[in-house]
Amino acid sequence: MIQVENLTKRYAGHTAVNNISFEVGKGEIVGFLGPNGAGKSTTMRILSAFLPATSGRARVAGYDVFTHSLQARRHIGYMPENVPLYPEMRVDEYLRFRGKLKGLHGRRLRERAAEVKDLCNLREVDHKIIGTLSKGFRQRVGLADAMIHEPDLLILDEPTIGLDPNQIRQVRDLIRNLGKHHTILLSTHILPEVEMTCSRVLILNKGRIEASDSPQNLLSHLRSAGSLHVELKPGGDDAESLLRSLDGVKEVVAKPAGEWMSFRLRTDAESDPRESIHRLAVDRKWPLRELSRARATLEDVFVEITQSDDA
Amino acid sequence: MSRFLTLLFREIKSYFYSPVAYVVLFFFLLLTGFNFFAGVSLLNRGPTEITVVEAFFNTVLFWFGFVLVFPLITMRTFAEEFKMGTIEGLMTAPVRDGQVVLAKFGGALLFYIVLWLPSLAYFRIFEWITGSEAARAGGAYWGSYLLLLLLGMFYLSVGCLASVLTRNQIIAAVMSFCAITLLFFMGLLSFIVLNVSPFLRDIVGYFSAIEHMGEFSKGIIDSRPVVFYLSMTAFTLILTLHIFQARKWKS
Repeated sequence: MIQVENLTKRYAGHTAVNNISFEVGKGEIVGFLGPNGAGKSTTMRILSAFLPATSGRARVAGYDVFTHSLQARRHIGYMPENVPLYPEMRVDEYLRFRGKLKGLHGRRLRERAAEVKDLCNLREVDHKIIGTLSKGFRQRVGLADAMIHEPDLLILDEPTIGLDPNQIRQVRDLIRNLGKHHTILLSTHILPEVEMTCSRVLILNKGRIEASDSPQNLLSHLRSAGSLHVELKPGGDDAESLLRSLDGVKEVVAKPAGEWMSFRLRTDAESDPRESIHRLAVDRKWPLRELSRARATLEDVFVEITQSDDA
Repeated sequence: MSRFLTLLFREIKSYFYSPVAYVVLFFFLLLTGFNFFAGVSLLNRGPTEITVVEAFFNTVLFWFGFVLVFPLITMRTFAEEFKMGTIEGLMTAPVRDGQVVLAKFGGALLFYIVLWLPSLAYFRIFEWITGSEAARAGGAYWGSYLLLLLLGMFYLSVGCLASVLTRNQIIAAVMSFCAITLLFFMGLLSFIVLNVSPFLRDIVGYFSAIEHMGEFSKGIIDSRPVVFYLSMTAFTLILTLHIFQARKWKS
């Protein structure tokens, strides 16, 4: 659905997107992650044929977004960051206007307008003026606009920013449902969201793609993946060195908590020394009150990838 | 074509959604009404050779209101889209850049025409009250309105050009006001500076809206101003289109 080859975008003075290449297949939901200014929005704007690239090529549905811009745009539903809308128009009027611009007419237009309004729960604000709507409704008007012409590809730039938790959940469910029929490329800062909705994650940093994989694979490759938390009451002060000597343990950080000691263990990604810790505690007759494996989150992946070269 | 019409209708509607349109309409009506009154009282002063049409279209007050109205009509056309960011949604829909520029210009032109519609009634009312056929002098009557349309097209395209250069409506208005006033007074150069060369006088003569109106409101329809205004409008719109594309790509 999307083919990007050696795409570069330079502005006067800095490079926003630096020679990136990736592909997105039909039916994928791909999450774009990266710190502010990493080039996410720029890439999305190039893909939606709004900005020309400095060099490189991008194709959507087989059409080059620069040389066959009009054909490519017919296949794209784009929701820009901050969802700019005409504030003086009414919701229904706006959606019909956008539908017509995207080539819908007559009965088809009426049907699609009704469908997207139902999907995005916009019925109650049908005749309201957009300028008076809350952020959440505006966001949904933008989403309804993006999908009114049933595009093959939806490009959503931060679709859930500024929404309350309930609205975020609604939009997330909506996106997941849309993913059954559409290819979706979305950017966000909310990492749990990506874990829940996306089949693949692209992490951008300083204009480059740093990682491209499913959320599960990214997590398992993470260096901090093997992290254990142990709390026990040791008899002597050799607990720390004994733990360190266990197979697969790379690092131990001890922290006293009253009579108890709390340990954070870093291990190899593959090994799981929980059993040997249990045996050690039983052998030494140390009371053990917590032994848990810290689940790495996408946030850890994000922090590790985007900060590794600063450190 | 249907996309162009969709864009055009939105442009026209957006004029009438904004209170600015009604303020402009109101004061323009007031100004032309007063101007008509001034024209008629000029005729009342004594026997004269000029018709009511000539009297109406050639006063200082008329030109004052005329020049002022273009920045108000065109300042928001492009500047607002850039400022609000709606340009992004607009240009990622499958529409051509040219369609957008033409729709914005067309919307402004239609609003300008609406602005002049009430004045058509003035001459009818004049006829009705005085029983004089003077206003019916077809050539003068339609000639004047033809020139208004031509001048309007040119000055509106200049206004669109100013609006595409900035994201600030006020700056757009000031720029187009200066440009239009300059174009307008260029035609008066031979009155202001006495010893200009005849060559220069000929050139600025092409820009002289006042001279053109003097002729057209007598019913003398010269093809040179017609060609001049049409080609200048086309040129300015093409320039607008190119700047629009360049700006869109930089945003």
